Amino acid sequence: MSDASPRPVPGQVPVLRLGDVLLVTLQGDLHDSTAQQLQQDLAETISRTGVRGVLIDISGVEIVDSFLGRVLAEIAAQAKLLAARTVVAGMRPAVAITLVELGLTLPGLSTALSTEAGMRLLTQHSPVPGAGGPRQESP
Amino acid sequence: MHTAAGVEACLPIRSDMDLVWVRQHVRQAAALLGFGLVEQTKLITAASELARNTLVHGGGGQMEATRVSSGGAQGLRLSFSDEGPGIADLDLALSDGYTSGGGLGMGLSGARRLVHEFDIDSTPGAGTTVRVTCWVAQPPRPREEA
Ligand SMILES: Nc1ncnc2c1ncn2[C@@H]1O[C@H](COP(=O)(O)OP(=O)(O)OP(=O)(O)O)[C@@H](O)[C@H]1O
Ligand SMILES: [Mg+2]
Repeated sequence: MSDASPRPVPGQVPVLRLGDVLLVTLQGDLHDSTAQQLQQDLAETISRTGVRGVLIDISGVEIVDSFLGRVLAEIAAQAKLLAARTVVAGMRPAVAITLVELGLTLPGLSTALSTEAGMRLLTQHSPVPGAGGPRQESP
Repeated sequence: MHTAAGVEACLPIRSDMDLVWVRQHVRQAAALLGFGLVEQTKLITAASELARNTLVHGGGGQMEATRVSSGGAQGLRLSFSDEGPGIADLDLALSDGYTSGGGLGMGLSGARRLVHEFDIDSTPGAGTTVRVTCWVAQPPRPREEA
């Protein structure tokens, strides 16, 4: 809102691999279809590369509505099933305030204030909760 | 007034691309009217929820943005309308977590919390109009609790 608003960019969000972590930087105003495409791409990339972490930098995102919030939560859930942890980093304060008022607290998401802090979280050698051993779904 | 040009508009809501334009317009209009960053963010988020409902549930429609003033206060009014199926039970639609599709059901009830004034006009079989207003700095009347 301070700088000139970027033109909406349909298409792809670049996914970068840094060792054991996939780094995704979201910027500006995302199309619904771009967010959904990213969700699919991430599942495929995690399963192909076997990375243990996904770091999503949203410091350049001005609003998160229930659609994008749900996409982020689903990315984290599917990553967990694929034995990877997800951290959402850099949420703007105004976005956090708005999400809570909207009623979307996204309890399943791990967050960090910066990408550096997020990266530290993901590269600590703690076991992935719920993805370490054989799982059994209760009926 | 010189800001009216950038504030007042009528935008179509027919695709997810249009949702991006709606958000951009609301962002620009709110900035021109002098809304603070948090209020801008709330307003854009509410607009995004309501425009998506117009698209997904109403089968498409439009958003009209107008500048309003009352007792010296300046505000932005956004009106989302469609000619879709309408909402049979408004109380149900406005409750947290209610969705008739695969959503989270937070859009309508959440948007209501994000603005100062909120009203819905819906006729089953004829369509839905949701109108929201936000006032810069001081709302002229206390905000209603949902
Ligand atoms: N413009 C509309 N026309 C017809 N029905 C609507 C309209 N807007 C909302 N509704 C109804 O109200 C319900 C609640 O809307 P709400 O935005 O809260 O949830 P949702 O759109 O289903 O999910 P979410 O927005 O969380 O993704 C919808 O499921 C739909 O049945
Ligand atoms: Mg909705």
